[in-house]
Amino acid sequence: MNEVFYASSAIAIAATLMAVTRPNAVHALIYLIVSLLAVAVIFYVLGAQFVAALEVIIYAGAIMVLFLFAVMMLGLTPESIEQEGRWLLAPGAWIGPSLLAAILLGELIYVLTATDGQAAGVQVVDPRQFGMTLFGPYLLGVELASLLLLAGLVGAYHLGRRTPGEPGGRPGEEG
Amino acid sequence: MATVPMEQVLIVAGVLFVLGLAGVLMRRNILFVLLSLEIMLNAAGLAFIAAGYRWGQADGQVMFIFILSMAAAEVSVGLALVLRLHDRFRTLDSQAAGKMRG
Repeated sequence: MNEVFYASSAIAIAATLMAVTRPNAVHALIYLIVSLLAVAVIFYVLGAQFVAALEVIIYAGAIMVLFLFAVMMLGLTPESIEQEGRWLLAPGAWIGPSLLAAILLGELIYVLTATDGQAAGVQVVDPRQFGMTLFGPYLLGVELASLLLLAGLVGAYHLGRRTPGEPGGRPGEEG
Repeated sequence: MATVPMEQVLIVAGVLFVLGLAGVLMRRNILFVLLSLEIMLNAAGLAFIAAGYRWGQADGQVMFIFILSMAAAEVSVGLALVLRLHDRFRTLDSQAAGKMRG
């Protein structure tokens, strides 16, 4: 199963790399979905089957579809893709941040490899154990998460609402 | 199942996180910034799963659920803000948000 882990890790990293460098939003979304599916395979290999299913259903399903809806509502014009490509191609825009991020990654990998690696135990956490933990010691966290989701719902409704007579209006009404 | 050392899983999570971080820093289009934030959250979740795998406990997966619900709430509010921004300024340039007043 280790080969599966290495292969899906390589796919996840390559797809994420493509996702952050595509000028076209839909292409980036598709690469990101591939990356999330690869991460789901990693979860499965690591003995977290239930979470792997959730990753596919919620991340690759619901959240990415939400992004796709937003992209469709915004209306992707060729000009905007071209503009994004221009921003991406300007080296001044990305060399500094990516260099600093690469240094951080180097430090992280150094710290992780400096300690002696030990093979982890082969232990599958089944959904039953997971559910007992989630609704046992972490019950308060579940309640807080539900409050957070409610706040997100109300916030998204309030922000997405368009009051009449306000500048802007609906996207389709003007130019 | 697998016998991958936890350090290697953490390295993968680190690489994914740094890719998302670089995306947040590099991009000007606010939609891609949100997308890169999702990548970073997912990488953090992978680190939690790695920890849960190392010690054979369910706590890592529980933390992943919390990250998942947080990401869902964040992305719904974030996308509503993106739509507002596009309504008002007709652009997704994050520089334009600096002029958002009132």
